[in-house]
Formats: sequence, C-alpha cells, structure tokens
Amino acid sequence: MALHLNNWIPGNFKSVPNTGSSAQHDIVQHGWTPITTTTSVLGVVFDSGVALAADTLTSYGSMACFGNNPRILTVNKNIIVAAAGEYSDYQFIRDTIEDKITTEKSLNDGISLKPKALHTWLSRVLYNRRTKMKPLWSTFLVAGIQNDKPFLGEIDKLGTAFADEQIASGYGAYLALPLLRKAIDEKRAKSNSSLTKDEAVALLKKCMEVLYYRDARSHDKYQIGVITKDSIEIQDLTLKPNWEVAKFVQGYE
Amino acid sequence: MFRNQYDSDVTVWSPQGRLHQVEYAMEAVKLGSAVVALKNKTHATIVALKRAPNELSAYQKKIIPVDDHIGFSFSGLLADARILSKFMRSECSSHKFAHGDDLPVNRLMTKVGNRMQLCTQRYDKRPYGVGLLVAGYDDNGPHIYQTCPSANFTDCKAMAIGSRSQSARTYLERNLDTFKDVNLEELLKHGMRALRDTLPNDINLTSKNVSIAVVGKDHPFEIYDEEKTQEKLLLIEGEERRAPAPTIDSAGSGPQPPQDGPGGPTDSAPGVAMETE
Repeated sequence: MALHLNNWIPGNFKSVPNTGSSAQHDIVQHGWTPITTTTSVLGVVFDSGVALAADTLTSYGSMACFGNNPRILTVNKNIIVAAAGEYSDYQFIRDTIEDKITTEKSLNDGISLKPKALHTWLSRVLYNRRTKMKPLWSTFLVAGIQNDKPFLGEIDKLGTAFADEQIASGYGAYLALPLLRKAIDEKRAKSNSSLTKDEAVALLKKCMEVLYYRDARSHDKYQIGVITKDSIEIQDLTLKPNWEVAKFVQGYE
Repeated sequence: MFRNQYDSDVTVWSPQGRLHQVEYAMEAVKLGSAVVALKNKTHATIVALKRAPNELSAYQKKIIPVDDHIGFSFSGLLADARILSKFMRSECSSHKFAHGDDLPVNRLMTKVGNRMQLCTQRYDKRPYGVGLLVAGYDDNGPHIYQTCPSANFTDCKAMAIGSRSQSARTYLERNLDTFKDVNLEELLKHGMRALRDTLPNDINLTSKNVSIAVVGKDHPFEIYDEEKTQEKLLLIEGEERRAPAPTIDSAGSGPQPPQDGPGGPTDSAPGVAMETE
C-alpha cells in the first residue's frame, strides 16, 4: 500500500490512488521549440544605473504577429528585468517572480530581493529546466543597483549566467554589441569616464534603429527601461526610420 | 509520572489556558549550562559556559556554527539542538545556492520558529527541549535571537539562558544602554562578566569551560580557540566579583511542576519539572 508519506498523519489510513501520472510518464518529449518569439534585447551600464531596450513585437516564425507585447518588467525598486525568446516562457518567469515578490512583501521585514540574487536564482531555474530537457526558451537580462553600484547580468536558456557592462542577445549580439562596446570604449578613452544616462539612452536608441534596419524580426515600437538608485522609468518609444539608406544596399536583389 | 491532570499530551489545554507539556519542555532549557549573547553596533557575540558530563570526558561543545554569518549556542537537550542546527544549516545553504547570498537572520528565525511550532500542536510529537541564542549578521546589522520550546522567538539586544542565568540577565539589564556604543573587546568583557555572575563563588571562568564566538561586519562567524579565549579572559581577571543574585531557578528549589491552583499561574519561573534521578 503506497501511503503518501509526506502528508501522512496518524489515523489517516486511506490510500488515495494518484491517477493520471503513469500514463504521462510513459511519453517523454525531448527537444522543445519556441513558437511565439521575440527578438534581441539590449542592456548597457552607465555611470549611475543601467538601461535596457527591447521592442514589443512577438512573431510566429517569420510572421510578425502581435505588436504590443512589452517585455521589460519592474521587479522591485532595485531591479528591472528584460527578456528575449519565447514570450510565454517570459510570462511564466514573470509570474513566478511576481509571486516571489508578493511573498517577500507579505513578510514585511524590510528586506527586498537584490539584483545579483535574482540573477543567481534565474540561472538556477533555467539550468534546472535545461537539465530536464525542457528549457525555458528565453534569455533574461537582469539590471539593478546593488550596494550603490549598477549591475547588469544575462542568463540564457541553458542557465549560463554572466555579468557585463554591455549585453545584447540574439541578433543584437552581432549588430548592436559592437556599437555598444565602441561607444563605451571611446568615452573611456576620451574622458576616462562611463557613459551618462542620456548618452546610454541615445546609444540604445541608435542600436534599436540599426537592428530595425537589419534584423527582420524587429519592430519600430520598443521600450527603454532605465534604473538608477532612486528611480525606475520605462518609456514607450517609436522609431522614425530613414529608408533612404536602403538604396546603398546592393548586390542582394 | 503524571503530576497534573492536564499534562498528558502536548495538545491538551489546561482550563487556565496553559499547555503543560510545552511548559515542561521550557524547564529543560533551565537545566543546561548558561549562555550569554549580546551585541553592539557592529558585532554579535556569544559567551557560553561549557560542562563536562564527568571528570573523564572532555567539555561538551556549546557553540554551533551554522553559516559564515550565523551561529548559535543553546541550553537544554544537545541532541535537539543538533537537529535544529542541521535544519538551519540546510536552510542557509539552500538559500545561498538559489540566491548566491546569505539568508537574512530574521528569515531564518521565522523558519526555525515555524518548525518548532509544529510539534507543539500535534499529539504524536514533542516540543524541542532546547532554547537557542542565535547570533548573526546581515544587511540590517548584528542580531541576537532567543528561541524557546514554545516556539516563541525574540529579537534581543542581549539575553542569557540556562541554569542560574537570572544573574546574567540582571547584569545585562544593568548595563544594557552601554552595549550599543562599546567596542568588541568591551562587549566581550560585559559578556564574560555576565556569565561569571551565574557561577557559584568557588568556580571561575577558565579557557576550558568558556566558549566565545563572534560574528560581525567583515567578520565571519568565529569560535575562539582556547588560546584566544584565555587572552579575553585575562581582560576581566582580578576584577572583584559581584555577589551573585539569589537565583529562583536553581536546582535547590526542588521538583515543582506548574500547578493549576485556584489562583491560576502565579510564579513566572516555575520550578524544575523533570525527573532528575
């Protein structure tokens, strides 16, 4: 008789069969593919905080499907998170994080989650899922302020986690990351200082425009989230593209 | 064995609204050797008295490290303390694994409190027969927590538990306002003086029978070795000892379990309620 020992209490000798589990365990699906996807997400550290950028498009394969799916999340007053990849997996993680924050608030002990802790936690969750062969098909950027210093970290769908001053996922890693690095290096060479908030936001806008031209899964509506020690702002923006450049693209017709 | 009509089970209430089994468990805390814990602005410290079960054995370890930022001393059943330490260590380590950061002390204490409460409400369990003094350090500074078999836990500036600990508490109460601003060395001196006040006149603190632990800002939980303990003991050596205050909870008062008299509870410190033979 299989007693459910976890919930067993003396006097309770009823064994309730756990229906519906064995049949499902016979079939194991390996290899998951994303369906509703979003494209690159960018992040850059500036002198007093971190800025993230991501457009609001979700696609079915190459079909631009939903145009208003924001993916920058305010976690608490220290953390914002942005995601790229399967949108439903982002929604799942968002709900889980929101649960975590609600639980934490209800403890009412004045302690709130820190960006590095969320970064580690996400890497544990995503690594655990990839180990089960059921990866959450998303890349997350965690941005925040910890010990008065800006923090930016990435976790990919395999659970690989790292922190850096500039991060871009997907196509952004090819098209935007060199631009981000160039701007940061140039500023450092010129005045031995980090980017300012305005420079960081302007840089992200430029990168989003470049991505809009060259990444066929991108969108002209996007968000930029900026976190500093005292504020979080997430602004909705629309690109004003200049297709005059198109005529310089030759040789692909 | 029954000394009271209403103490047959943990879950049985007395008409006066008391749980006698839980109160008996609290008596076990008074049987252990004394422990003092106190904190200043930057550090939390534990000063504990160790006992040797007999002349042939070594002194029992009295302070248990939990994590780099938390450790505790206890009074009561050592075996129960070890079970709780195992639980606390596993909570701290899984928090460190999941979040890469130290578990805040109050969060750990909530978990310990919840766990200790369970067995005060089920007939097939018994309360933990141990009281803890937990010292820890986190982003909110140093902390001292006291726990009790009734599963109450309190955040303290300073506290003493164990046999004859009333004298130590008297000392702590008299000097409470000074602790906040003294340095670590002065804090330890206060701790050792408080502990010394619990001893009979013919016994003194030695590096063998005292255990000291410190945790604080940039100072991982550290239990002093004999050499370092001796060094600290020398700081208060030769000071005149205050006559120990008369203790209510000393073993001399004889077995006297909490009674449900017509007047209800009168004595806040009930006598020893265990078979000691």
